[in-house]
Amino acid sequence: MTLPLISVRGVSKSYRRGGQVVPVLHDITFDVQRGDFLGLMGPSGSGKSTLLNLIAGIDKPDAGELLIDGVDITRLEETALADWRAGSVGFVFQFYNLMPVLTALENVELPLVLTSLSRQERRVHATAALGLVGLADRVAHYPSELSGGQQQRVAIARAIITDPKLIVADEPTGDLDRHSAEEVLTLLDRLNVELGKTIVMVTHDRRAADRAHAIMYLDKGELSRAGDIHERSVREARA
Amino acid sequence: MQSLKLILRNALRHKLRTGLTVLGLIVAILAFGLLQTVVDAWYAGANAAAPNRLVTRNAISLVFPMPVHYRDQIRAVPGVRGVAPFNWFGGYYQDPKNFFAQFAVDPVPFLAMYPEYRIAEDELRAFLRDRKGAVIGRKLAATYGFKIGDTVPLQGTIYPGVWSFTVRAIYDGAEAKTDTSQMLFHWTYLNETMKQRVPRRADQVGVFMVQIDEPQRSAEIGQAIDQLFRNSLAETRTETEKAFQLGFVAMTEAIVVAIRVVSFVVIFIILAVMANTMAMTARERAPEYATLKALGFGPTYVARLIFGESVAIALIGAVIGIVFTFPVAHWFGAKMGMLFPVFEVSATTVGLQVACAVGVGMVAALLPGCRAARVRIVDGLRAIG
Repeated sequence: MTLPLISVRGVSKSYRRGGQVVPVLHDITFDVQRGDFLGLMGPSGSGKSTLLNLIAGIDKPDAGELLIDGVDITRLEETALADWRAGSVGFVFQFYNLMPVLTALENVELPLVLTSLSRQERRVHATAALGLVGLADRVAHYPSELSGGQQQRVAIARAIITDPKLIVADEPTGDLDRHSAEEVLTLLDRLNVELGKTIVMVTHDRRAADRAHAIMYLDKGELSRAGDIHERSVREARA
Repeated sequence: MQSLKLILRNALRHKLRTGLTVLGLIVAILAFGLLQTVVDAWYAGANAAAPNRLVTRNAISLVFPMPVHYRDQIRAVPGVRGVAPFNWFGGYYQDPKNFFAQFAVDPVPFLAMYPEYRIAEDELRAFLRDRKGAVIGRKLAATYGFKIGDTVPLQGTIYPGVWSFTVRAIYDGAEAKTDTSQMLFHWTYLNETMKQRVPRRADQVGVFMVQIDEPQRSAEIGQAIDQLFRNSLAETRTETEKAFQLGFVAMTEAIVVAIRVVSFVVIFIILAVMANTMAMTARERAPEYATLKALGFGPTYVARLIFGESVAIALIGAVIGIVFTFPVAHWFGAKMGMLFPVFEVSATTVGLQVACAVGVGMVAALLPGCRAARVRIVDGLRAIG
């Protein structure tokens, strides 16, 4: 049996708001296997984005363990955690979060600045990634010159540029029209199926969730059906 | 390279905001440079002083003269190379507002100790031959349009009557800091005329300019000179030319201090403007900085982007401000006329302008830079939309 890529063990998280402690996640435990495409669903405030942030290493739990590819990221110092994120996680945000002053190519190239690659090598990789998301003809365009769907595809190219095992997507279709959303979901699907990327996606959209192999429901910080992950095959999902 | 690109493009992102901030910086750096140049002009006399020149004056006050026979006694002090009587004339040309410095000097020893006054050989000979001749500085000649051979009548204030001089020579300064706004004439002409007009005021000297062989012995020689006249009717005080000039500056020190304070207040004001710009900028870009951190860039990188942008904007303003400082200072110096004989923007002033700009850039970015570096990624991302 292979080690799961993500292993969440007894994770709890609360926030302080106006002197009050607001629990967000309570004793969450589950695994995500390598190559899985997990959809996180639930009503607003259920803690799904918080859980995604914890898995991505941009927030820390109050209690519990988060083992990603065997590394307990809750024990990593800030610098080590940043290094880990740079090499291990690709981010896709709802509002794309591209640098408006950089072109599509420069945005995709950005994470590679942290690597030892030369400028030339970075350019080659970034161009290839943009080609992969179907934007080879938009390399010199600034985000403001691209549609929402195109911007999200640039963001996806940026997410895969360092070849991470894990891609986290927070409402990746939340700001897109139906057609663009379909394009983005198809792209994520391809990354999962063709490149073997493990994807964890937060979504409100049932159609988006249908692309996932598994869906996990969160309600009031707890798995509504603890440990019960709705499994389905890629083939079933597409049927 | 990518960082530099980000810094520069971010700096020019809000063109109006950056433009107005840069405009403010230009004005501040220009005003600072101008005010510093005014302060430098105040010290021009002291800065032009030579270490081998001493000034002997009446110990009570400058307004009290000394007998001219002190000259021979001072000349006999070991280490003294030359002595020249030096009287402030204090006249004006045609109208009291046409005021410039005029000094009665013994030209041979005086010009020997002021090699920075460059005079053509033939003009110097003509001056030495003419008892009523005068040497004027190039700036003075340009200001009033005086030429060789012109007669310059001066209305005396300290020395009564109208005094007529013939311009025999025009001197240039060896350096930019050399004062060329003065007029020099023969002390003997002043003295002989006073013998006729007011005999009791004849044979009196305002100060003695003393040239010495070894500058490092200035204190010892000064003491030896003052010792000569101890317990006399006119005791003396001898000091270096620089100390003598600084004595004049000290009389108006409050003004100099006020100008200095104002120059730094200007910088402080632009610092506040710049800090506000950077705070707004950093607040608006919180999601971008959070994204960079999420992608693996450290807090230092984010802080560096903000510091870099702030310093880049400050330097753009500084460079333009410094470029404008020179013509504005030239215009200002010309408008001030004889008030500031030397009005040059010094390298130190330019250095201070650059240092202030970098300082403003750094300090303005301090708070937003540290805040952006410290802010949690999730909080930064939440600021979106």
